[in-house]
Parts: sequence; structure tokens; C-alpha cells
Amino acid sequence: MDTAKVEAIIKKHNGDATALLAIMQDVQAEENYLPREAVEHIAKKLEIPISRIYSMATFFESFHLEPRGKHICTVCMGTACHVRGAQRLVEQLERDLKVKSGGTSEDGLFTLEEVNCVGACALGPLVIVDGKYHGNTTSAKISKVVTEIQKVEGGK
Amino acid sequence: MTVEITINGVKAKAEKGESLLEVIRKYGFVVPSLCHHHAVEPCGSCRVCLVSVTDNGRTKLAASCNYKVREGLDVTTDSEEIRRNRAMVLELMLAESNAPQVQKLAAEYGVTSSRFSTEETKALAAERDGCILCGLCVRVCEEVVEVAALNFEGRGDKRDVGTPYQEAPQNCIACGACAYVCPTDCIGFVEEDGVRKLKKWKRELPMAKDPSGRPIAPQFQLYYFTQKAGLPADFYKKGGPGSR
Repeated sequence: MDTAKVEAIIKKHNGDATALLAIMQDVQAEENYLPREAVEHIAKKLEIPISRIYSMATFFESFHLEPRGKHICTVCMGTACHVRGAQRLVEQLERDLKVKSGGTSEDGLFTLEEVNCVGACALGPLVIVDGKYHGNTTSAKISKVVTEIQKVEGGK
Repeated sequence: MTVEITINGVKAKAEKGESLLEVIRKYGFVVPSLCHHHAVEPCGSCRVCLVSVTDNGRTKLAASCNYKVREGLDVTTDSEEIRRNRAMVLELMLAESNAPQVQKLAAEYGVTSSRFSTEETKALAAERDGCILCGLCVRVCEEVVEVAALNFEGRGDKRDVGTPYQEAPQNCIACGACAYVCPTDCIGFVEEDGVRKLKKWKRELPMAKDPSGRPIAPQFQLYYFTQKAGLPADFYKKGGPGSR
């Protein structure tokens, strides 16, 4: 990741060490994960130990230290979604994206994840693709969404 | 401000806000603890030091190390109830740690095996190699040594103590403060062939030698000391008070 980008994010938060969590979130929003160079740069700039940032990054499930795909598919596995067949959606997406749940596809385009509840139970089963919520979905519908993205990416 | 409290019926004086465990020990009463060291902030993670405290007419069991002393506390450090609760804490701890220190303390409370021990916890205990996740090493590295090479990582059953990215921390001076305070002696501090090793953190540093050729301490540690204390760079080469 570009040092200048990290620098800009730190500046946005006035170089305030108490804003560490927000800075980490902003970095992750840019890169979909927390690159090691960024972590080291933040530690140096805010004068806090790397160990503390690493501790925080591993504490919260939402932070990732390994590179993730360009597009993130998150399948809700909460109780309401689960009973409405979320497992089938995961299997469909695993086939479509050729990636095991929790992993990133070989071309680096997709990361497939499971999450335990996003609090939108009335919409279950639910899949979030790049931040967009697809509620009351089916394996056919969600398959269409990701193949659309695959087409766009493949056309480039 | 000085306040007066009662410990096992004995009147005791203490400073307001002081650690209750420290006061109890100052008056000669014995309370076990694993995660406490007077040089660092108490954090109450091991729960072994629990005592019965009556504060404002309400009695409760509380970890004494991070209980701040207030006027009029009435403290009991030993009773059937307290022993039963410490025994439970130790039985839980025993399931996740194979450290002899934990086994010994547990045995003092009549706990020789744990009902919570499963294949899973046994594997976990073997992996942690005695560590009870008390965080003393983390606190001493940050508060006393001021290096902060260590921290907790993960959460819940995946919580562990370690170094960033599971690599040897480059800022670690291998002073061994973590190994010194560790209640279960699980860090693996050794000095061999002029190299100091901290096995748990994978850190190995060559040691500086005194004029007679005996190793003193890692060069990096001595450098850190001279920097911190504003000593001349050749301070440890002169065979002064720092070099034995």
C-alpha cells in the first residue's frame, strides 16, 4: 500500500493515537485488509507499539491481516438465515467462485466469508456483496449477482 | 490520604486507592496470586487472590489485587467460602495449563484433577506450554521496560500472548524481565555460547563480554540502557558498576 495513502488517513484523524481503531478501519476500507507496511507506518507515526496494533487487529473479527479479494461476499449464517438455507448459498458461491468459504479465489477477485449475524434477520437469507445487501435471496439469485461481477471483471 | 480498614479483625492503615492485596500482604496475611507483581499495574486476570470484602455494608468476593482500598473496608482473607471459590478458579485453570506452579497451588486447595479437562483442553494446554494468559509479561514489557514487544492476540478461546506476526520482535532487548515475572516460568530464558535466548518469543541476541571474556548481557540491551539512562556510549566497556 502507498505510504502517501496511509499518511493521508492518519492526517484525516489529526495523527491522534486514540483514533487508532478508526485509522485501521479506513486503511482496511482502502485495501480490504491491513497491509503490514501500513501497520508499521501507523505505529511509527502515532508512536505506539506495533504489538498493540497487532493485538487490536487480531481481537476484532472485522480486521484482516492477509490480503483479500477485490470483491467481498459475506454470507450471513445467523440462526434466521441458517434455517432459511444459508448453507446452500455458501455451497453455491463456493462452486461459482471456485473458492472454499473463508478463502480468496486464485485470481484474487473474490473472498467468500461467513458471518454469524448481521442483524437483518427479517431479510434472511442474506448475502452482502461489496457492501450491498441482497435479502431474501436464493442460490439462483445470488449466483446471478456474482456471475455479473465475473463478467464485468472478465471483460476488462 | 490515609484510611483505616480491617483485615481479619486487625485494624490496618493504608493509602486510599492502594492495591488491597499489597496492604493485606504488608500486614503479613497470606493470599495466593499468580498474575500480580508490585512493579506493574494489577489487572486481576488470574482471580486466585480473591478475598471477601465488606464495603458499605455489602459483602462480596473480589480479586484483591486490583481492588482499590477505601475507608472502612472489612476484609476476610480466609474462609470456607473463599477456599471453595479459589479451588474452583484453580480447577478451571488446571484444565488449560500444565504448569507445575499451577498444579502445586491447586493441590494446596485440594484440587488434583480438573473436571473441565477434555482432549481439547489438554491439546490447548500442551500448545500453551504452561502459559495461563495472565499478561504479566505483556505488562512488564510495556510499563517497566517500556519496549512493548509483546501483547495479547486473538480473542476468546483463541486468545494468546505473543509477538506481532509471530516473529522475533526486533525491538525486544532480551532483558528477560518477562521471564523473571512469569508465574509459570514458560518463556524459556537461556544463555548459552554467549547468546541470550527467549524461546517463547524466538528472540536470540549475542551478548557483550566483560574484559575477562564472560558474557554480561546482550549488546542491544546495554545499548538500550545507555540510551534510556543517558549514559556515555562506552559506559559498559569500562568495566564499571554495570559489568560484573
